[in-house]
Amino acid sequence: MSDITLQAFMAQLTVGLIGGCFYAMLSMGLAIIFGLLNIINFTHGAQFMMAAFLAWIGLTQVGPWLGQPDLQVNFWLALVLAPALVAAFGMAIERTLLRRLYHLDHLYGLLLTFGVALVMEGGFRYAFGVSGQGYEPPEILQGPVDVGFMLLPKYRVFVVVASLLICLATWYLFERTKLGAYLRAGTENPRLLQAFGINVPVMITLTYGFGVALAGIAGVLAAPIMQVTPLMGGSLLNIVFAVVVIGGLGSILGAMVTGLGLGLIEGLTKVIYPEASTVVVFVIMALALLVRPAGLFGREA
Amino acid sequence: MSPTQKIFAGLVVAALAVPFVPGLIYPIFVMKVMCYGLFACAFNLLLGFTGLVSFAHAAFLGTAGYVTGALMIRFGAHPLGVPAAFAAGVAAAALVGFAIGGLAIRRRGIYFAMITLALSQIVYFLAVQFRWTGGEDGLQGIPRGSLLGLDLSSDTVMYYVALALFCAGFLFVERVVHSPFGQILQAVRDNEARATSLGYDAGRFQLLAFVLSAAVAGYAGALKALVFGLVSLNDVSLHTSTEVVLMTLLGGVGTLLGPLVGAALVVGLQNYLATIGDLVTVVIGLIFIVCVSFFRRGLVGEVLHWRRRRAERARPLPAREQPVVAKVA
Repeated sequence: MSDITLQAFMAQLTVGLIGGCFYAMLSMGLAIIFGLLNIINFTHGAQFMMAAFLAWIGLTQVGPWLGQPDLQVNFWLALVLAPALVAAFGMAIERTLLRRLYHLDHLYGLLLTFGVALVMEGGFRYAFGVSGQGYEPPEILQGPVDVGFMLLPKYRVFVVVASLLICLATWYLFERTKLGAYLRAGTENPRLLQAFGINVPVMITLTYGFGVALAGIAGVLAAPIMQVTPLMGGSLLNIVFAVVVIGGLGSILGAMVTGLGLGLIEGLTKVIYPEASTVVVFVIMALALLVRPAGLFGREA
Repeated sequence: MSPTQKIFAGLVVAALAVPFVPGLIYPIFVMKVMCYGLFACAFNLLLGFTGLVSFAHAAFLGTAGYVTGALMIRFGAHPLGVPAAFAAGVAAAALVGFAIGGLAIRRRGIYFAMITLALSQIVYFLAVQFRWTGGEDGLQGIPRGSLLGLDLSSDTVMYYVALALFCAGFLFVERVVHSPFGQILQAVRDNEARATSLGYDAGRFQLLAFVLSAAVAGYAGALKALVFGLVSLNDVSLHTSTEVVLMTLLGGVGTLLGPLVGAALVVGLQNYLATIGDLVTVVIGLIFIVCVSFFRRGLVGEVLHWRRRRAERARPLPAREQPVVAKVA
């Protein structure tokens, strides 16, 4: 392999790795929400999109709106504020609408979150149109960095490191701390947990907020890489669903590993047969269902 | 005749009169409602009577539309062109249904919907990639041809043929629901373990229902391609799959007439709201939320429920059984 194709190969692999990071963060959020609420959060993509939009609005729109063009909510602030706002919005939905559906078939939770996603996407489309908005990464993360074998944009390296850290921290929180033990107990038997004096309804709301916040963080991280558009979440969520089917919703680590792995495979496909890169994840899902119907990480939900 | 059949007969009589009252309702609008009504009936066969939710139904509608359309463009002039293209479209939809259903049925519950959604993306991708589907442009100018010597290019002739095909489709779905096969499907929906213990292979019946539902959705798609002369990527998109969920939910899941009512409302709403553009999505999303939160039975379901409640209240108290008095000799 000549040097240039190796460069192109590595570049596509990096793109794949970054895609994998987003898949991992989103499917972890889905797994966490599914674990405790027993619903598939179809709003996940819209919440991802909303956070990216909030970051963009903070950077470019808030100042002019308030008549002070110099006022900007910078990237770092947005990385905290946007997920917090999206999570608050999500928890409000959970408290007012989702909560009423827990005793019913999970179909209704699915349809409700789907309706909320439609309202959010339609609303943002109405307000900002479908054309993509650019988002400049912060100055400190602009420009290339030498990672030994090739030059990479600093921001992309930052995204990979940051999302891996977030994934590991989430895993630690859920699998190795007291709080995580409560959450897992809530997944197994919420009524028993409540009998031990834990306020399960509040825990459910906070868990939903946490899962949504993960989508929000991913959204803000994605803003400088993808175009910020109302449709950015929906198409990504379709792929994340396939990831979740392959990896299963049973384990957080499983969601993370599958997400990263599939991102890499997608990057590889871009080198070999670019047209198929948009569906390769779905094809792998179909193959996985043929070979291992119960999912790669076992445990049927 | 059951009440459902009576109401359906009334609707058909009204539909027969539509071309005689020009200016009241456009026949084109009624034909659109009939196509989407059948589509929603097909979806309801799965959601309402089998208890499976699919986000892949646009794939069946679109596949049949593309196959029927492509065949009509090539062989539309042949006297047997219309029935052959129609049959090929339905068969193609059933085949795609078998492939998607066969894979999705391997996982239960919450995964089922996600798998159908993901697999329908492959169909969408193929529709963009293939040359015979027209890629981004879709198929346009599909000729209507002729059926049994009737020239379908006349809107009035097409209208009555479409009405006849629509009635056949609806009565077929009604027949399936009330057949022993349909009863087994509902038994599986209500309690899978019990149906299995009675000796029914639940997975096999669910797959059969899936293929049947896909075929009826394909029937609607073939009719739609013939009536409107065009098939676009929108027909295989997730957006269309969503609309059919909404139509069924709004009209009443698990009722026979509900999907028709829901389809008429959603198609009407789209015509009416065409001017507000992106806000249509918001309105549709809000209807979803309201339906799921406040009236899960849907319009027809609420009416049926209200009638049942009234009938129960009107019925005299059950006659008290005579107390058994021990006979003392």
